[in-house]
Amino acid sequence: MARSTTKDAQALLHSLRSAYAVTPTNLKIIDLYIVFAVVTALIQIVYMAVVGTFPFNSFLSGVLSCVGTAVLAVGLRIQVNKENKEFKDLPPERAFADFVLCNLVLHLVIMNFLG
Amino acid sequence: MVRKFGFLVVAILVLASICESAIFNPVSESHRSAALEIFSPSDGSFGSLEETYEALRTFEVLGIENKPDIRTSACASVVDTIWSTSSPLKDLFHALRLNGILKCELNNEALGGIASRLKDSLNDANSLFDFHYSVGGLVLIKDQISEVDVHLEDADKKFRSIKALSQSDGRWRISSSNTESSTDAAGIALETLAGVISLASSEIDQSLIATLKNDIVKLFDGIERYEDGACYFDEKLVDASRHQGPLSASSSVVRGITAFAATTSESLNLPGEKILGLAKFFLGIGIPGSAKDFYHQIDALSCLENIRGSIPLISSFPATVLSVTRKDQFKVRVSTVLGSASPPLSVKLMQIFTSGSKDASVVDQKLKFDADNAVHVLETLPENVGVGSYIFSFEVILDNPEEKKNYATGGRTKVSVHVTGVITVDSSEIAILDSDLGSTETQKKLELPGENAISLSANHLQKLRLSFRLTTPFGHAFKPHQAFLKLRHESGVEHIFVVGNSGEKFEILLDFLGLVDKLFYLSGKYDIELTVGDSVMENSFLQPLGSVELDLPDAPEKAARPPPLPVNPYSRYGPKAEISHIFRAPEKRPPRELSFAFLGLVLVPLIGFLAGLLYIRANLKNLPKSTVPATFAFLFHLGIAAVLVLYALFWLKLDLFTTLKVLGLLGMFLMFVGHKTLSHLASTSSKLKSS
Repeated sequence: MARSTTKDAQALLHSLRSAYAVTPTNLKIIDLYIVFAVVTALIQIVYMAVVGTFPFNSFLSGVLSCVGTAVLAVGLRIQVNKENKEFKDLPPERAFADFVLCNLVLHLVIMNFLG
Repeated sequence: MVRKFGFLVVAILVLASICESAIFNPVSESHRSAALEIFSPSDGSFGSLEETYEALRTFEVLGIENKPDIRTSACASVVDTIWSTSSPLKDLFHALRLNGILKCELNNEALGGIASRLKDSLNDANSLFDFHYSVGGLVLIKDQISEVDVHLEDADKKFRSIKALSQSDGRWRISSSNTESSTDAAGIALETLAGVISLASSEIDQSLIATLKNDIVKLFDGIERYEDGACYFDEKLVDASRHQGPLSASSSVVRGITAFAATTSESLNLPGEKILGLAKFFLGIGIPGSAKDFYHQIDALSCLENIRGSIPLISSFPATVLSVTRKDQFKVRVSTVLGSASPPLSVKLMQIFTSGSKDASVVDQKLKFDADNAVHVLETLPENVGVGSYIFSFEVILDNPEEKKNYATGGRTKVSVHVTGVITVDSSEIAILDSDLGSTETQKKLELPGENAISLSANHLQKLRLSFRLTTPFGHAFKPHQAFLKLRHESGVEHIFVVGNSGEKFEILLDFLGLVDKLFYLSGKYDIELTVGDSVMENSFLQPLGSVELDLPDAPEKAARPPPLPVNPYSRYGPKAEISHIFRAPEKRPPRELSFAFLGLVLVPLIGFLAGLLYIRANLKNLPKSTVPATFAFLFHLGIAAVLVLYALFWLKLDLFTTLKVLGLLGMFLMFVGHKTLSHLASTSSKLKSS
């Protein structure tokens, strides 16, 4: 039974990988960016777990920056994805401009909260 | 606190008893030296004519020979005033007065001219001052030269017009238009009327003089009195410009009645006691502080010295504290107010009161007259007078009974006398007794008053006894004001006990069993101090006797704590206690190496991202090549980088306002450039799609 489970998992991963291979490059870039942001957030959480919550505002600011930018990137990916029928008429440049603007505002707030 | 209050009450009572027997001293050398100080000329003169007259009159009365020489300037002023035709009446009067003392060179012609001027003003006079100056001036001229005729024809009429201004209470108004009357004006009026009487060419109606005598009697009825026998005339209406007060009012009245008494041959029957009271009032001032007061005092005293009918005689005492050890004797000096000799008289000691009690012993002892020093001496003190405070009551009796109508002696005079002496302290001893049995554990002899340094020890079951005897030089028992025993603990807490007496023997018994509570259960070394003192005891002492080591039981829970010791009032200016601040413990920070390690760790994902980008073969194919779009693209990226740098600066040192300002500017720039770039890209991709 275990062997079949392992085999199934392997098969699942393989199909996942091949399905992912056909995604367009720009979406892959965005995905990579999201992964980068989340990993950075995780590292900060680990650091906080080690040294304690002082100063708490800085920790929040750092984590929220990563999470916020990841969320905005997810929004960008949804809007840019050609297969998404909802945003068919929205040009991807416009979505990117929104992404940049929102990021700038997010980071202003983050920098203020950083202390 | 209670003791202090008691002492205060005693002091007040003593003071009250002294008030009845106050001491008045006649004019003395200190008056003369003070006069020279107070009347000191500035710029060679004393000021106005009036002030110059006052200064010179004071010097004349006091008999001061070495007065400042202002004769030339004063005489010049006098002559100017008299010769000038426009001098006011007041100045003429003062100039004539001054001339009376200085005797400047004035010929009969000048004085004659003045006399006629004064007579004219007298006819026109309607206010009291006009009358006063004119009549006064004429009297002065009469005294200075005899050739000029100054007699008044219608003296009766003048008398009546002045008299018309009098009030029913003996006071006078200044003029008929003035409704307020004053005592000062009464004195001036009396002086003026006396002048009118002396200048009258024909005899004045006796009834007028009788009414004037009545006025004087009414005036004297309104005299005010102090407790010590001094009398004065008070001014109800105080006019600050004329410098009025009881002194000037009384002085003015004295001048008036002296002048009046001099005009009549029969006596005025002035109340002798009130005249003596007035003399006491003037002498009671002591040495006045201002020139005006000085003049009033001295002038009034000189009038009293020569007043017809009741010249006051003042008794003064060189010493009222007599020491038995020095064998002092009680002396009385009787003189006139200015210090001149009195007529032959004798002083008799009639009664002696013991201070603080109502008993009096009748003595009737005559004092011996010492002609060399002009004092009456009590050779020996009566037998019942020992050491203590007494009030002597004595009487002055004139040798010649005929003189009684010329002098006012004042009946019985009281004076407070203190007889002091050395009190013998003997049979003094201190002992520690065992409680119930009364047997003596330790007994030590003391030497009082002398150095003692005994050391005793006792516990709370024992008693301490201190005893001594006090005897006066006459062998009687003596009770001092203060007989205190003080125990002071080494920590500073003090306890005071009063030593009681029975006759000569003074004894105090401290039963420690009953006193443990009062002593606050403090065991240890107590310093003993004995104080015996009195105002009539010449050898009062405050003596440390030694120490006693007390062993007291421990204090129970509810016992009173000893009172906090009085803090040295200057200690608050010393350095204050060090304040140790308690700071919040700083947060535990992680070690630096750990922080740097994580910093490196955080940068790893970024590297991973860049590596990943390479892996998926991300390219820059869509980057515009041609110039204008390329510039815009470049500027777009630059703009974003600039904003990120701005954020970095904001975190490091800028404040929000500056950041927002710059961000606004950069944002607008970025908007413009971004729009350009992205629209270019969009158009390129749509072209690609359509084609």
